[in-house]
Amino acid sequence: MLEFMEGSHAVAEIVKRCRPQVIAAYPITPQTHIVEDLAQMVANCELDAEYITVESEFSALSACLGASAAGSRVYSATTSQGLALMFEVCFNVAGMRQPIVMTIANRSLGAPLSIWNDQQDSISLRDSGWLQFYAEDNQEAVDLHMIAYKVCEDHDILLPAFVCFDGFILSHTYEPVALPGQEEVDAYLPAFTPYQRLDAEKPLSFGMYATPEYYTEFRYETDRALYRAKESFIKAGREFGEQFGRDYSALVEGYRLEDADTALVAMGSICGTAKDAIDEMRDAGKKVGLLKIRTYRPFPGPEIADALSGVSTVAVLDKNISLGGGGAVGTEVKAALYGSGAAVYDYIIALGGRDVRKRDVAAVVDLAEKGKGDMFYGLRTEVL
Amino acid sequence: MTAAELIAFAAFEGGAYAQAFPAFGVERRGAPVQAFVRFSDAKIRLRSQVYEPDYIIVQDPTLIGDVDVFMGMKAGGIAIVNTEKPDFEASVPEGVKVYAIDATTIALEELGVPITNTTLMGAFAAATGEIQLEPLEHALRNRFSGSMADKNVRAAERAYNLIGGAV
Amino acid sequence: MALRVGCAAPPGRALDNKTGAWRVFKPVFDPETCSRCGMCAMVCPEGCVHETEEGTFEPDLDYCKGCGICEEVCPKKSIRMEKEEK
Repeated sequence: MLEFMEGSHAVAEIVKRCRPQVIAAYPITPQTHIVEDLAQMVANCELDAEYITVESEFSALSACLGASAAGSRVYSATTSQGLALMFEVCFNVAGMRQPIVMTIANRSLGAPLSIWNDQQDSISLRDSGWLQFYAEDNQEAVDLHMIAYKVCEDHDILLPAFVCFDGFILSHTYEPVALPGQEEVDAYLPAFTPYQRLDAEKPLSFGMYATPEYYTEFRYETDRALYRAKESFIKAGREFGEQFGRDYSALVEGYRLEDADTALVAMGSICGTAKDAIDEMRDAGKKVGLLKIRTYRPFPGPEIADALSGVSTVAVLDKNISLGGGGAVGTEVKAALYGSGAAVYDYIIALGGRDVRKRDVAAVVDLAEKGKGDMFYGLRTEVL
Repeated sequence: MTAAELIAFAAFEGGAYAQAFPAFGVERRGAPVQAFVRFSDAKIRLRSQVYEPDYIIVQDPTLIGDVDVFMGMKAGGIAIVNTEKPDFEASVPEGVKVYAIDATTIALEELGVPITNTTLMGAFAAATGEIQLEPLEHALRNRFSGSMADKNVRAAERAYNLIGGAV
Repeated sequence: MALRVGCAAPPGRALDNKTGAWRVFKPVFDPETCSRCGMCAMVCPEGCVHETEEGTFEPDLDYCKGCGICEEVCPKKSIRMEKEEK
C-alpha cells in the first residue's frame, strides 16, 4: 500500500523495521530529519535500540564501529562535511569488515560552503571499501536499506554500505512510498548473526597491525569481498523482487536502450528527470536511452560494457568532480568501455544544488552527438 | 511547504500520484520561499523545479512587485492570491485567471493565527477543481488532530465556499 | 595460515614472547642499599620490576630487556647494569 510521506521519514521508518540495535549519528543538513525521527522512535520505545548521542561524526562512526564489533546491527546517517570527518573511521570499518549500513543524504563539499545536493561526498569515499548504492526515488531508497543489510551481513561479504539518496531532492520530497510492514521486513531480513565479535570471555582485536608481509593480502581479501558483493547484491535484489514485487537484481538498469545510438549514464535522482527527457527525445525521433548505475561500489564495469555494447555515443552525467582529473563516474565508464569504439563524454552537472531540467538533459545529448564533451555543463560564463 | 505537502497529500488521497518539495535551503519564517507540487495519473519521475506552473498560490502579497510570481504561467492558468486588496497591481499573463482571497483574515478568525496554508488550500481546491472536499478534509485531519483539525477544516471550507461561489 | 577476516587476532601473545633474550646488560639490584622507594618498578617500561616480601625490588629477567632506566632513576644508586654472559 502506498503512503504519502517525506523521503527522510520513509528512510527512518524502514531503518526502524530493519531493527538496528545501536544507532549513533550527528545531525547535519540535509540528513537531519532521518536521525530526528529515529531518536524520537527510540525515546518513544517504538524502536528497541541504543541511540548514542555524540559530539561529532568522527565519534558517531567510531561508536558504530565498536558496537558492530561487539556484535550489534548498527545504523548511522550523515552527509557532506560530516562524512568527510568520518574519513579515517570509514577505512577502518571496511578493513575490520564490519557490516554497518549508513544513509548518505548526498550533499556537496565545501569550500565554498553549500548545503545543496550533489554526490561529491560519497564519491570521495569511493576507495574506502564501503559498498555504495544510489537510489533514483524514495521507494528505491527505502528498499535499498533492506538489501544493504542483507548484502553487508552475508558472511561471504562482511562489508559496510552507503545507501545514497540525493539530499533535499529526495530527502525533503514528499511522494508515495510503499513501506513494507514489520513482519515482511523480518521475513526478508533475519536477525543479525555476527561472524565474529568482541567477547570478554574470548578476547579479540580487530584491524591488527599488518606488516609488509601481510598488508597487501588483507587489501586483496577486502577487494575480493567487494567484487563478491555483486553476486550477493543480485541474489538479495532478486529475493526482494520475489517477496515485494520490486526487482533490484540489476547492478545497472537500462531505460529505452534497445536500438539507442546515444546513451546517458547517471546515478541517483537525476535518472528520473533523464527518463522523462528521453521520452520526449524519443517522441522527436532521437534514439536515446539511459543506463542507470545502482551500485557504484562494486563498480559494474563489465555490466556497463555489456549494456552499452550497441551504442556509438555515451554521455556520462557526473554530479561530482575529481578536481584536476574529471568526473569520477565518467573516468570509470571510459575505462569500462575502453576498446569498444564508443565515444564517451563526461559532463560535470548539477553541482551544489543546480537544478537540472529536461532541456538540460537534451542539451547534453546534443553536445555528445556533436562530439563536444569532457566539460562542465551549463557554466555561467558571465560570472567568470 | 506545508501547503504544498497538504495539497499533494490531498491529491494523493484523491487517487493521483503526487510530489511536493520545497525550493531548498531558506526554510526560515519570513524569507521568501517557494515550494512545488506535481500531480499526475502516472508515476512522477521528474525532479526539476516547476518552471511553467498551471497553478500558483501566492501566500504573501508583498512579494508581488518584488518577484514576478506569475513567471512561466500560460493561458488557462489559475492563480490564487492571498490579499486584503483584491485590486492589487500586477502584470498577469494573458489568459491567467486570478482569484483574490483574504486568507489572512479567515485564518485569524478561524485559527487565531495568521497561518494561511489550510485556508489557501480550500481556495485552491475550489478554484481549480483538482481536489475534492473529501480528500482535502482527510488531508487536514491526517495532519492535525482534535480541535486544531476542526478549525483548519472550517477555514478551508470557508475559503472553498467563498471561491466556489466565484468560479 | 589463512588470513583472519578483518585482521582480527586474539590477544595474549606478549606473555609467550620472552623479551629477556634481547638483553645485553642486566640490572643487578642491591637490597642492602635499597631505600624501597619503588621508582624502579614505576618507570620500568616492561612492568617487570616487582616488590619482594622484604619490601625491596627485583626484575623478572624473562622479560627485562635491559634498557637501564631503573638504574638511571634509582636515587640510592642501588641498581647496576652488568654485561651479561650468554
